[in-house]
Amino acid sequence: MNRFIIPVLVFLALAAVLFVGVRHSPNKSTMVSALLGKPAPAFELPVLGDATRTLDSRQLAGKPWVMNVWGTWCVECRIEHDTLLAIARQNRVPLVGLNWKDDDEAAQQWLAQLGNPYGVVAADREGRTAIDFGVYGAPETFFIDADGLVQYRHVGAMTPEVWEREFLSRLPQAALP
Amino acid sequence: MLPELGQFALVLALLLSAAQAVFGLWGAHRVDARLMAVVRPAVAGQFVLVSTAVGVLIHAFVNFDFSVLYVASNSNSALPTFYRVAALWGAHEGSLLLWIWILAVWTLAVATFSRHLPASFAMRVMAVLGIVSFGFLLFTLYTSNPFERLPLEQIPADGRDLNPVLQDPALAIHPPLLYTGYVGFAVAFAFAIAAMLEGKLDQVWARWTRPWTTLAWCFLSVGIALGSWWAYYELGWGGYWFWDPVENASFMPWLVGTALIHSLAVTEKRGLFKSWTLLLAILAFSLSLLGTFLVRSGVLVSVHSFAADPSRGMFILAFLVIMIGGALTLYGWRAPLLKSPAGFDAVSREAFLLYNNIALVLAALVVFIGTLAPLVNDALGLQSISVGPGWFTRTFPFIALALVVLVSIGIHAAWKRGKLSDNRRRVAIGVVLALVLGLALSLGAYGPGKWLSLIGVVLGVWVIVSSLFDPIDRLRRKLSLPRAIIGMTIAHIGLGVCVIAISTVESYTVERDVALGAGETVSLGRYAYRFDSLQPVEGPNYDGVRAQVTVLRDGKPMAVLHPEKRNYWVQRSVMTEAGIHSRWNMDLFAALGEDLGEGRWSVRAQLRPLIDYVWLAAGLMALGGGIAASDRRYRSRQSAEAAAAASTSTAGAA
Repeated sequence: MNRFIIPVLVFLALAAVLFVGVRHSPNKSTMVSALLGKPAPAFELPVLGDATRTLDSRQLAGKPWVMNVWGTWCVECRIEHDTLLAIARQNRVPLVGLNWKDDDEAAQQWLAQLGNPYGVVAADREGRTAIDFGVYGAPETFFIDADGLVQYRHVGAMTPEVWEREFLSRLPQAALP
Repeated sequence: MLPELGQFALVLALLLSAAQAVFGLWGAHRVDARLMAVVRPAVAGQFVLVSTAVGVLIHAFVNFDFSVLYVASNSNSALPTFYRVAALWGAHEGSLLLWIWILAVWTLAVATFSRHLPASFAMRVMAVLGIVSFGFLLFTLYTSNPFERLPLEQIPADGRDLNPVLQDPALAIHPPLLYTGYVGFAVAFAFAIAAMLEGKLDQVWARWTRPWTTLAWCFLSVGIALGSWWAYYELGWGGYWFWDPVENASFMPWLVGTALIHSLAVTEKRGLFKSWTLLLAILAFSLSLLGTFLVRSGVLVSVHSFAADPSRGMFILAFLVIMIGGALTLYGWRAPLLKSPAGFDAVSREAFLLYNNIALVLAALVVFIGTLAPLVNDALGLQSISVGPGWFTRTFPFIALALVVLVSIGIHAAWKRGKLSDNRRRVAIGVVLALVLGLALSLGAYGPGKWLSLIGVVLGVWVIVSSLFDPIDRLRRKLSLPRAIIGMTIAHIGLGVCVIAISTVESYTVERDVALGAGETVSLGRYAYRFDSLQPVEGPNYDGVRAQVTVLRDGKPMAVLHPEKRNYWVQRSVMTEAGIHSRWNMDLFAALGEDLGEGRWSVRAQLRPLIDYVWLAAGLMALGGGIAASDRRYRSRQSAEAAAAASTSTAGAA
């Protein structure tokens, strides 16, 4: 065999590895949350639009829930908003909004104008809770199971495909109609 | 309307790049001047069209057209104009457009300066560049259109702002330089492919290829240095190199490119190493493509990677397989046909250049393994491991120092028949001078440090001394001093300076992380940092705090530093701006850490000797390359033949 063929063989082996890497990476290695499989960070935050109430994450324990991190300053949040509304209409799992470092008034106006997909919105004005969750940039969406463990993290705008594949599939069978 | 025009221009450019590729290859194959006549106008047209697209996007940024998704995501009405233009390459889509535009510029340059080359060869070179351009244009239009519009009801009143990390002059200009280097290797790659298609590779080919390759290498050197400088003062980490995947992605093509320019020297002077030179040309560009792939696909996590999108990753991978796989297959088929004329001795200049090539490729391999090991592990389903800086610091310095030794000895060797005894005097003088000066510098100025650093300083001095023998000798004998030799000497001095600076920084840096309140002092040997006060600051699109830190030496104030912590409003991110005072022999560095409450802050205080010389050294290397690339013999045919004949007898591998 001629030795000049070796480079192309080495390259093809590497390409195969990269292929596997690309296939698996978006959910596994790129944006893995250090929290996967670990308990979701606890928080107690004021509820947006109701100064008298706070949302304690312990209230959510016992069944799966989804947390969406958003802000009125975030372009992609606007893009995913219609998808979130559609998801809310399915009414499969509680959708909690984490309004990240935002202006309360602007946030309420946004929800009044575009529709409110969230069961409840917690106002994370300082961004501490987002830091606890390791948020990289809005929008991000987390799936937390009945045991309070973070099972999935999606970075970027939510799409119906991602919702179907990564979130609905994680719901226990009983929750499906 | 305008953004659609930009997109349409890209579609037309795609068609022209296809024409450039098809007519170039077909015309060269049929040796038909009418077919070939299409190619140069296609190149020029493509340049005009891509420039139009770039202009349209800049226009959208400058005029706050937030109906364009990319503009809305990467700028803001409070963003200064300079950064609104630089925001063009602030994220994935615009970076790709920049890549394509730089390729169009290089291709235009090749089309302009290739008229003295055989027509069929020049056509094939441009055809290969056309294929590269086609792939990138298709990628842009298919997965990453920078002109994508937002639906009317989703157009925001204001944009999301440019990533604050990028709002810095050095970072704003470093991607274009880096890309110019990356893309420049496409020219060397195209020359290699064209040579294999023709089945002919001679010394004239190497002379054509050399200036292009050297120029690309210069740009890459400056780009890497600027990126490293930026990381130093902007990220507040206080070092010059972090073995971050994205840094490595630019370093690998640089190492292989360095090997390539030396291997090309041998191919030009002696007609040797032909298949090796071809392989390096393919590898340098492949690593440039891989760099784009690593940064853009989000396969590897890094502080720099912006987007994670699997469809993009797949496209780039397919493109890599076609380009690199195709090139290497062609290589496997054609390289065995290339014959090298004669052998050489084990201590000749050829031999030393071969050894240095091996060292450089080995260094690139070490970086490659360190960068991709986590990925390979992941793909094989093993535990995700991180090959941290430990891997690099345990391996890389030894290869680098071996390389420096090879340079210091090999630089004296003659072509073809070297004899060690001929150079014994120069080597001996060099070693003695290096030991005396190196030890004096290291121990005299800084006192005892790490062994490896001591060796590094001595070897760095040795390279500088060694590279000065030949030019001094030429001046004494009143011989001409061609630019090739001047350039080579400056670049090698740059290498020496770089090794000395890195060795010194590694061994003699003093740093402390402490909590300080107003009026408190932390001492670093003879120096002390006094935390004076903290004031609020406000910029065009951020606010923050700025500390005043006075540096004292032996109790006397010598400099005032102003480290900042900035809070960018729109992206809600906090950025560190280090306070740095550069003196000729060291940097005084302070960065603000966390607010610990009650007026106390964690402060990172550092003294970094000679650190600025690391970047200065990269500048020297690039300068040397630029001077060498402008050597007379590359410029016209006749003088080229004459110069080649003259320099073969006198040696000199710039």
